[in-house]
Amino acid sequence: MLLNQYLLLAAALFCIGVYGVLTRKNGVMVLMSIELILNAVNINMVAFGVHNAEAGAASVGGAVFALFIIAVAAAEVGVGLAIVLLIYRNRRSINVADASLMKG
Amino acid sequence: MANLLLLGQQTGNSWDLPANIAFYVIAVIAIGSALRMVTTNNVVHSALYLLLVLSSVAAVYILLGAEFVAATQVLVYIGAILVLLIFGVMLTRARIGIDDDLNYEQRWIGLGVSSLLFVVIAYSLWDFYGSDTRLVGYEPQRTREVADSIFSTYIVPFEAISVLLLAALIGAVVVARRD
Repeated sequence: MLLNQYLLLAAALFCIGVYGVLTRKNGVMVLMSIELILNAVNINMVAFGVHNAEAGAASVGGAVFALFIIAVAAAEVGVGLAIVLLIYRNRRSINVADASLMKG
Repeated sequence: MANLLLLGQQTGNSWDLPANIAFYVIAVIAIGSALRMVTTNNVVHSALYLLLVLSSVAAVYILLGAEFVAATQVLVYIGAILVLLIFGVMLTRARIGIDDDLNYEQRWIGLGVSSLLFVVIAYSLWDFYGSDTRLVGYEPQRTREVADSIFSTYIVPFEAISVLLLAALIGAVVVARRD
């Protein structure tokens, strides 16, 4: 297996996630695309962790970083959904373009 | 590129060919469902395609030998985060079924930006790692080693993550509370 196979898969998922963030109007769907981006980064972490290991010995550094990212993603989606629900309650819409109160 | 497509040549490992086949099956499922996820016009279908993507990423972790990360991916992402997102769809009363008003009109700009990003990332990866950087340390990572590592080397980030999760919990309750 080449390292590049995993890195290219992660790059493809990352760019699809960026496309979703840029084009979706629905706030919840923007959050879903952000999850896609975080997953792509996680694949990179684990692949580089395996790449860095000595031959014959497992390396867990990359896996530990991936676990931390999963924990941060859980925190992020909790707060993000709370914000989306608050916007929905105040504006009756979760179109991210409607949340323009701070626009100059 | 030819090296990438010729499945598992040049290495003496007997599992290289099946690992390559499994990888390409998983990669096709992951990228296809990710594409459907960002293009479908149905919010619930989008969440279900996200389920497929997350499961394929868990399969990629298994392929890389990171079994504990794969289990955590299933438990946390599929078991908790996806359910939370579907709750979000429900609570914001999104239209169930086809909704033609989910994308911006200027989606071609987004397509251009993300394609450009992919070309740049792929070129630099190919330039740097090419087709000769092979994964050598291909041992399954035992959960005991992961736990030892978290609670010795990475104990300070672990505690920081605990505090962060607590802060996010309190913050989410405070933000979403109905006064």
